[in-house]
This record gives sequence, C-alpha cells and structure tokens, in this order.
Amino acid sequence: MRVSRNYVLVLAAVLVMALPLVLHPRPREGALFTGADGQAKDAIAILAPGYQPWIQSPWKPPSGEVESLLFALQAALGAGFIGYHFGVRRERLRRDGDSSRC
Amino acid sequence: MHIMEGYLPLAHAVGWSLASAPFVAMGLRAIGGRIEAQPELKMVLGVSAAFTFVLSALKLPSVTGSCSHPTGTGLGAILFGPLVMAPLGAIVLLFQALLLAHGGLSTLGANVFSMAVVGPLAAWGVYKGARWIGLPAGLGVFLGAALGDLLTYVTTSFQLALAFPSAQGGVLVSFQKFAGIFAFTQLPLAICEGLLTVVIYNLLHQFHGHLLAPRKAEVSE
Repeated sequence: MRVSRNYVLVLAAVLVMALPLVLHPRPREGALFTGADGQAKDAIAILAPGYQPWIQSPWKPPSGEVESLLFALQAALGAGFIGYHFGVRRERLRRDGDSSRC
Repeated sequence: MHIMEGYLPLAHAVGWSLASAPFVAMGLRAIGGRIEAQPELKMVLGVSAAFTFVLSALKLPSVTGSCSHPTGTGLGAILFGPLVMAPLGAIVLLFQALLLAHGGLSTLGANVFSMAVVGPLAAWGVYKGARWIGLPAGLGVFLGAALGDLLTYVTTSFQLALAFPSAQGGVLVSFQKFAGIFAFTQLPLAICEGLLTVVIYNLLHQFHGHLLAPRKAEVSE
C-alpha cells in the first residue's frame, strides 16, 4: 500500500519537472533554461555596474562536460548510498523474519 | 542559491560566515549527541546527508524558463531537528565550491546560512506546526521540505539585495529583483523536493520504524 503511494509521489515529481519543458517550446535563438545563479550575476551587473568579484574560484571545471561529470558523480554518490542502505536494510529485515515490513 | 565566488563584498562575506559558524558548531554537537544516544541512527543520518547530495546536484527546469536546484536539507531537519543539517549542508557546499566552482569559499558562509541554516529551520518549524494543528505526517513533511526549499532561495535573494541595494529604491527593490529570479523559479522545484522528501521519509519509516519516533505521536524532540 505504502509502496504504491511512493510510486505515485515519484510520478508526480517527474511530472512537475517535465511540465516546464512542455510549457516552454525551444526558442529559435537565445538560451532557455539557463541557471538562476547566472541570472543573478547578470542582475548584479545591472544593479552595481562597477562591481568586480574580488576573488576567483581556486579551480574551475575546464568544460561543461567535465562539470556535468562532477555533478553526475555527486548525485551518483548520494543515490548509491541511499540505494545500498535500503537494500541492506530490506535484506536484514527479511532475514530476521520481519516479513510484514518488506 | 549559490552566490558565486567573490560576489559578496568582503564585509558581507565575513558577516555571513560569522553568522553561520555557531550553527555548524551546534549542529556537530547535536549530531554527536544523537549518535551517542542511538548509534543505529548513524545510517539514517547518512541517508539524510546523501539525500542532500543528490538533490543539490539536480538542476531542474522551472516554469520561469530558467533552471535551479532543490536543496534536500528538509529531510534531515524534520527527522533530527533543525541543527544537524548545518554541518552536513556545509560539506555539500564545500564540495561544490572546491570541485565545481559552484558557489565559493568567500560566499560559503552566506550559502551555508541560506541552505543549511534557514532552510532546515523553516522545514523543521513548518513540519512541527503542521503536526501541532493535526495535519498528517506526510503532509507535514511535504510542506516542511517545500517551504524550507523556498525560504532558502528567499534568503539568498535577501543576502544579495543587502549586498547590492538598488540605486533607486534600495534593498527592497533589489530584493524584488532577486526574488523574481530565485523564488519564482523555485516554486515547482520546491513542490518536487516536497514530494521526493515524503518518499524517502516513508521509506525510512518503513525500514527504521522502531528507530524513528512513531508517526502518530511525534515525541522525539
């Protein structure tokens, strides 16, 4: 019962994520779905035209590809841990004969 | 919500770092206390940290036509109280500042304050309030996680407005500008985060029901 409710919740989350992609058709020119952080940077350039960052990042990913690799790695580490944990947990509960929880 | 490296004046960077530091310290103590009392909770804490790792790596599209990411800090705050996520969120932000040039060391204090202090506090407070007025646990978790996510970005908007007040209209006008970028973008993402947090919360209760406070009578705090 609870498992099926989780499926519904995940499906709803996927729909909320997909909705903007349907609502905004791809523009012929210009970028869509750029990062809000970058837009804030542009807003700062308008509000304080003379502002220069006084310190630079010690290291930047050399390309968008490398950046996406690191983001994927971050998500994979987190998701891997969560999946491993629930897998171990489920097996342990099953082995201990607590079948009502599985 | 990541304020980029160097995009806060020095005084603001120092100020927000000083504001965040005690929460990180109290959070470390809170984690130590909880693990000492219940060592089995270590793995549940790990799941909370991993959840933040996943969610803050996902840049999602929003109805405003831009992209942002959820924070994932609501889960731990709802399970363990508002302080434990301060150090855990700080670790995630440090990882992103050093390896991804996402956020920065100078803005780490400000980013910790929005994502790992205000967000978890809001999530925990909303969840407790929802339970207090008798809402079901699942709905409370959803509201807490979603509003914690949203308030993180409201805080970022406020931090930037404070640092870059508009020449005409001052902090308030700037705040509207930054909130227009961050907060509206965040609305569907906050809903997403709320939904996914309920899923993990359900799973944790399914597999750790004996460890976590009973769903009906929340007495853990």
